[in-house]
Amino acid sequence: MLRKYLDRIKPNFEEGGRLHSFHSVFDGIETFLYTPRTTSASGVHIHDSLDSKRIMIIVVLALMPCLLFGMYNTGYQNFLGSGAASFPLLPIMAYGFLAILPKIAVTYVVGLGIEFIAAQWRKEEIQEGFLVTGILVPLICPIETPLWMLAVATAFSVIFVKEVFGGTGYNIFNVALVTRAFLFFAYPASMSGDRAFISASPICGIGGTVNFADGISGATPLGQIATHSGGALQIHNIVGDPVSNWDAFLGLIPGSFGETSTLCILIGAALLLTTGIASWRIMLSVFAGGLLAGFVVNMFATPTYPSSYLMPWQQLIYGGFAFAAVFMATDPVTAARTGAGKYVYGLLVGIMAIVIRVYNNGYPEGAMLAVLLMNAFAPLIDYCVVQTNINRRVNRLKTKAEKQS
Amino acid sequence: MENSLKLKRGLDLCIEGEAVKGEPVAVPASCAAVIPDDYPGFTPKLEVKEGDPVAAGAPLMHDKKCESIKLCSPISGTVTAIVRGERRKIERVVITSDNCDNSKKFDTGVSDAGSIRSILMDSGLWAEMRQRPFDIVPEADSEPRDIFVTAFDSAPLAPDLDFGSETGQERINAGIRALSKLTSGNVYVSTRKECRFAVPDEAVHYIVSGPHPSGNPGIQAANIAPINKGEVVWTLDIVTVMRIGALMLSGVRDFSTVIAVTGPEVKNPCYELTVDGAAIAPLLEKCMETGDRHRRIISGNVLTGIKVGIDGFLRYPYRQITVIAEGDDIDEFMGWASVSPKKMSVSRSFPFSFFKKRFSPDARLLGGRRAMIVSGEYDKVLPMDIMPEYLLKAIGSRNVEMMENLGIYEIAPEDLALCEYVDPSKTEIQKMVREGLDWLKKELE
Repeated sequence: MLRKYLDRIKPNFEEGGRLHSFHSVFDGIETFLYTPRTTSASGVHIHDSLDSKRIMIIVVLALMPCLLFGMYNTGYQNFLGSGAASFPLLPIMAYGFLAILPKIAVTYVVGLGIEFIAAQWRKEEIQEGFLVTGILVPLICPIETPLWMLAVATAFSVIFVKEVFGGTGYNIFNVALVTRAFLFFAYPASMSGDRAFISASPICGIGGTVNFADGISGATPLGQIATHSGGALQIHNIVGDPVSNWDAFLGLIPGSFGETSTLCILIGAALLLTTGIASWRIMLSVFAGGLLAGFVVNMFATPTYPSSYLMPWQQLIYGGFAFAAVFMATDPVTAARTGAGKYVYGLLVGIMAIVIRVYNNGYPEGAMLAVLLMNAFAPLIDYCVVQTNINRRVNRLKTKAEKQS
Repeated sequence: MENSLKLKRGLDLCIEGEAVKGEPVAVPASCAAVIPDDYPGFTPKLEVKEGDPVAAGAPLMHDKKCESIKLCSPISGTVTAIVRGERRKIERVVITSDNCDNSKKFDTGVSDAGSIRSILMDSGLWAEMRQRPFDIVPEADSEPRDIFVTAFDSAPLAPDLDFGSETGQERINAGIRALSKLTSGNVYVSTRKECRFAVPDEAVHYIVSGPHPSGNPGIQAANIAPINKGEVVWTLDIVTVMRIGALMLSGVRDFSTVIAVTGPEVKNPCYELTVDGAAIAPLLEKCMETGDRHRRIISGNVLTGIKVGIDGFLRYPYRQITVIAEGDDIDEFMGWASVSPKKMSVSRSFPFSFFKKRFSPDARLLGGRRAMIVSGEYDKVLPMDIMPEYLLKAIGSRNVEMMENLGIYEIAPEDLALCEYVDPSKTEIQKMVREGLDWLKKELE
C-alpha cells in the first residue's frame, strides 16, 4: 500500500514535476523505506547486503545504551540536587527524556536540513552520515547547552567541516567533535564550570529546582581534580557525598549527557565490535595508549598537576575518554585508514588525551582535542604507511636490477 | 618439485546452484559468435564479409596493430551477420554452422620459438592469453619474463577445469613444452592439492590453497614472483594450455569447451559440452527455472562475468553460465534493517546469515552509491601486497606516478572483483580499474 502511494506521488518529484526541488528528500525517504531496485550495470553482478544505511544505524543502536543512561543520569542528578527523598525510575527517565528531546530535535532538524539542501544542490542522494552525528552531538554536550548555541554550532560544523569538503566521506575532522569544540571555544562560559552539567529546573512538572547557592556543586570529577589544591583528593557528587570508582564506572556522576557511563559505552563497544562496524585496532590502541600515558604520568605525579595522581585505569572511567575511544576515534572517515596506521593513530589518541587532560589544568577534558588533533594527523600517518608499500615495490625493482648487472 | 602457496585473504561466496559433476551433456552449436570486446587490447579489422564460408579455425579478424594476431571462427559454416555498434565498431561476427567438420590445418611440425609464436597468433590462441601489465592480449613483440598458468577457477560456482583424462595429460605436456620455449623465465602451473594431472617437468608446480581469488593467475603471480615495472608476464588457464597442446599435436584447433550451467535460477545445474561463442538459448533450454520473474543471465561467474540476454552468446574467457534473479521486481521494505537469514553478507551485522549455507542473491546494489566510508574492507579480500584503496584513488585522479608506485602493473580488474562485492559504498571498482589501465596504456604510448 505504502509502495503504491510512493509510486503514485513519485512523478511529482521527477525532472519537470511540481515538487522537483524536493526530489532528494523524496529519494531519501523512498530508499529508507524500500531497498532501491537499482541493479548492477557493470562489474560484479551481486553485492554484499551491507550498505551505509546499515552501518550508520548500527552505530546509532550502539549509542542507545548511552542515550538511555544519559536520560536516567540527567534525571537522577536533578532529583539528587533538588533534595528528593526517593528516586523512582519512571519520573527520572521522563525527566531525562524531556530534557534531551529538544536537543536531539534541534540538531537533527538543523543538520538534516542542511544535508537535504546540500544533496539537492549537488543532485545526489541524501547521505546517512548525519544520522550518527545528530545523535552524537547532544550526547557529548552538557545538558544545559542552550538550544540556539546547539543550532549555530551544528550548522557551522555541518557546513564548514563536512559539506564544503564534499559531504560524507570527504571530511577531515569529525563533525560531532567540531560541533563540541565550536561550542567550547565560542561559548566557554556555558560549556564548563559547575552548572553546565546539571539540569537545574523542573520540566513539565517533573523534577525539582537545584539551588546552587546551597553549597551544591555540579562540577565533574575531572573538574574537581583539576582545581584541587592540597590535601587528600576525594571526589564528591553534587550534594557533597564521596563518589566511588563504581559510581564513576556506572556513570552516576555529573558530565556530558551520554559520556558518563563507562559501562554503557562498553555495551556499545561490544555491539560495534561484534558486528565488525568499528575498527577493533583503533579501539584497542586508544585504550592501550590511555593506560600507557596514565601509567607514565602517574609515575611522575606532581601536585602541580593533580590529575596525575589518578591511577591509570581511573583515567579511563572519568570524562569523555571511553566515549571518545569507542565512538569518536573509530569514525572511519576521519581516522587513519591503513591497517598499521590505525594502531599508531589510536595509540596517539589515547596518549594525547591523557597528556592534555593532565598537563592542562585549565581544560580538564582532553579526549575531544586529542581526537581532533589526530584527525589532522591521520592522513600523515597513512601517508607513511603507504610510503612503506611504495618503497617495498621500488626496492624490489632495485634488487632485481642489481642482480642482473 | 612442488612448492606450496598458502593464501589467507579472500572470500568464497556460497551461492545456490552448483553444477553437478558428471559426464557433460553435448549441446551442438547451430551458431556461434566471436566478440572482439572479449579480447581487450585487440582492435579488430575484418577479414571476411557476410556470406563468406569459413572453416573452424579460419581467421575472421586480425588486430589493426599486428596483422598476424587473429581471431578465428570456432565452427565451420557461413558468416551470417557482422553486427556493428556506434561509430561502426564491430560488436560481433556471427557464424551459422553447416554441420560439417571443416577445420583449418596448421603446420605444426616445428619447435622453434618464432614458429610457435606465429602458429599461436595464426590460430587465435595467442588472443586467448593475457599479458600483464594492462591485462590485454599479449602484444606481438612481447617477451614474457614468466608465464603463469592457473589450473583451477576459484570463482563462485566455477566449473572444475580438471577432468583428468589421458588425452588431457598429453595435451598439457605438449602445451607446456611449447610455452616453455616462449619465455626465458619459468612457466608456473598452479593447481589445487587434489589435482588429477601431472605437471610436466618443464614447469614449476605450485600447490595453492586459500579462498577466491586464489585461482586468478594474477594473484598467483603477485605471490610467486611479482611483476615489476618494465616486465611483462603472460597468464592463461590450463584449458588454453590443453588447446595449445592439441594444436601442436594434431595441427587442428580444438574449439570445444565444457561449461558449467549454474546459479540459483537454474533447475538442474550441470556441465555441458559445446564450442566457444555458442548461442546461449540452446544451452539453457532445459535448465532455466520457470516462473514469472526477472532473471539475469551471466556468461561467466557472478563476480566478473558479462550480462547477456537469452539471445546472447558465450563470452570468452568464461566457461560458465550463471543465472540469478535480476531483483528489479522485488519490493523489500526497509531492507537495510533486515535480519533475515537470506541476506548474503560478509558483515557480522547480519548475524543469522551464518546459519545458512548457500544463498540466492539477486543483482540489486542493495544500497546507494557513496563515497568511500569504511576502511580496510578491500584488504581483507585481496591477497596481494597492494593497498587497493590508495591505488583506486590514484586511478581515480589519473596520477600516473602514484598508479605505478602502488602497483597498477600487477593488477587486473578481476583481481579486485571481490573488493567491489564487499564494498558498502557500491563503487564500480572493476570498471574503474579497466578504464584506468586503458588510460594508462594510452598515456604511455
